[in-house]
Amino acid sequence: MLDNALRGGKSYWVLLAVWGVLIAIGLVAYSQQLTQGLTITGMSQDVSWGLYISQFTFLVGVAASAVMVVLPYYLHNYKAFGKMVILGECLAVSAVLMCMLFIFVDMGQPTRVMNVVLHPTLNSMMFWDFVSLTGYLLLNLVIGAVTFDAERKGAPPPTWVKPLIYLSIPWAVSIHTVTAFLYSGLEARTFWMTAILAPRFLASAFASGPSLLILLALILRTFTRFDAGKEAIQKLALIVTYAMVINVFFVLMELFTGLYSDMPHHMEPFRYLFLGLQHDGHQYAGLVGWMWVCELLSVICVVLLLIPKVRAKDGLLAVLCVGVIAAIWIEKGMAMVVTGFIPSPLGRVTEYTPTPPEIAITLGVYAVGFLVLTVLYRIVLNVRERLEVTTEVT
Amino acid sequence: MNKDRRSFLKQAGTTALGVGCGFSILGTGCSSQHGSHGGEISEHQLAMIIDVELCNEDVRRACWEACHNTHNVPFIPDPEKTDPEQGNPHDIDPREGIRWIWEENHENVFPDQVHAAARAALQENPLPTLVLCNHCTSPSCTRVCPTKATWKRESDGIVMMDMHRCIGCRYCMVACPYGARSFNWRDPRQRDPETGELLYFADNELPSATFPARSKGVVEKCNFCADQLRFGKQPSCVVAAEEVVPGALTFGRHGDQKIKDKLKTNRTICRRISLGTGPNVFYIV
Repeated sequence: MLDNALRGGKSYWVLLAVWGVLIAIGLVAYSQQLTQGLTITGMSQDVSWGLYISQFTFLVGVAASAVMVVLPYYLHNYKAFGKMVILGECLAVSAVLMCMLFIFVDMGQPTRVMNVVLHPTLNSMMFWDFVSLTGYLLLNLVIGAVTFDAERKGAPPPTWVKPLIYLSIPWAVSIHTVTAFLYSGLEARTFWMTAILAPRFLASAFASGPSLLILLALILRTFTRFDAGKEAIQKLALIVTYAMVINVFFVLMELFTGLYSDMPHHMEPFRYLFLGLQHDGHQYAGLVGWMWVCELLSVICVVLLLIPKVRAKDGLLAVLCVGVIAAIWIEKGMAMVVTGFIPSPLGRVTEYTPTPPEIAITLGVYAVGFLVLTVLYRIVLNVRERLEVTTEVT
Repeated sequence: MNKDRRSFLKQAGTTALGVGCGFSILGTGCSSQHGSHGGEISEHQLAMIIDVELCNEDVRRACWEACHNTHNVPFIPDPEKTDPEQGNPHDIDPREGIRWIWEENHENVFPDQVHAAARAALQENPLPTLVLCNHCTSPSCTRVCPTKATWKRESDGIVMMDMHRCIGCRYCMVACPYGARSFNWRDPRQRDPETGELLYFADNELPSATFPARSKGVVEKCNFCADQLRFGKQPSCVVAAEEVVPGALTFGRHGDQKIKDKLKTNRTICRRISLGTGPNVFYIV
């Protein structure tokens, strides 16, 4: 089955080459980071986590969102998701791989990564994150390979894979909950220390992940013969809509508690995000523009998605999905991590801008993920096409 | 895909998985009991009492120098300053500098204690004092470290750092409510490519031959001079401060009479005490 990865047309190989170039540039930048240290990034004493960890946070959400396809199909026999499920599982594998790579490139001593395995620390959420991500990767690889292989042979999947599928459902929720726990248990960082962080993460994950899946399904339908089905895409669009509604509601809840309480520690991060913070004679407003774009985009997308006629048009749906992904990417991939460091424990404000090498490494990791996704989808497409041909012939 | 290749891959994958899990299980069993996380105040817990009035600029400077020399802490100059002076603590790079003990202004040491009305006055007269790792009774840093590279020593409550196990994830820095930890963003022992001289140490040599210098990519912080206590000596900062102004810094266990007396006869406060970390550095304000 895996040799299908080598059977592709010219556009397939061109796409792989594009990812390859980005990966190569990323590797050059990463070698720079390995020799010079993390000084080449924009991180500093006050902002000790930046672009790498924020991308990891965003992508864990995308990985977890596979559950939104698996749950209806396997638990409730929602047959319309039949062709969508494998797409979701491949996306989950690709996303988790990117997550793990982002953590790896963020480490100051990456050669010591096995210390996490050699010295398991049960009170550390980072240890549990490692466990849950590895487990989820393995689960999705096994489930995806076994079920798809069974389909290729035209036989039902082996019975032992069913419990694994059921396990993957709470496991998907757990990977993003544990990631939220990385942040929400820290008494040092009041912006993150909110019980609603895990629910917010999940809501935004279930909006951004299925949006990406819709876009991928539409791209596949346009450029190949693979059609996930109108009903499947529409159902996903409905899931995105409701998840986005809940996400916007959660954001409003956070804003209320932060601003109505008037407590400096609670208020200042939101002030910094939406109005800018006046501190020490400076005005710090680096994220204000982004945040207003994010919230406006969220509201516009949610309102439009709620209209069934808009949702039904694939062109408009695609645009709105891009909008949803952009809004949540700004929220999680830009704003959330950095704002936790403002103000710093010593009451200072330090802003953060990623440097070019940092961005190059980030793009390189994304390219690895998309390379894996392209290869996996190629395999799926090839096998499916051959199945269709054989069923036509018979 | 032919059967042999496929079954080989399956077997290889399962073996790798088994070995990986085996390591973990072995690790949980074998990893030494560092006692990663604290909770109760014992008589053995070491503490420091800083008399803010007595800690004048000379004391603060002496502490900083003594500590950083004892532990080969690199001096990373502030690139924003046109002519940073090697050995001037005010010229340390705020972004990438390493500091184990240093001075901060009152409103930065106690940000939750400063009234808005006092802020303007503090701009004119900042009232700096010393800050360092608080060696908390219930530290957040040890709770989050995924490899137990930092842990609370049971014998005396020092929050220790194993700079060989640290993977440089900086989670401890994120969790510390006091900004007490520094990360080696660059190689502290970097040499000038032309002259071959150490860039971050004066006179091209490490000030201490008995304490290891670090590599890039690890976190470090004050260790209450565990390396000095081993030989029955007092922490370098305490020794240095005593020579400048006696009584500026008091160091001992909670069970020691001098600590008990000072805590009994003086009004002391701690940094961000409402967070529940139980800091063991007390300030007589």
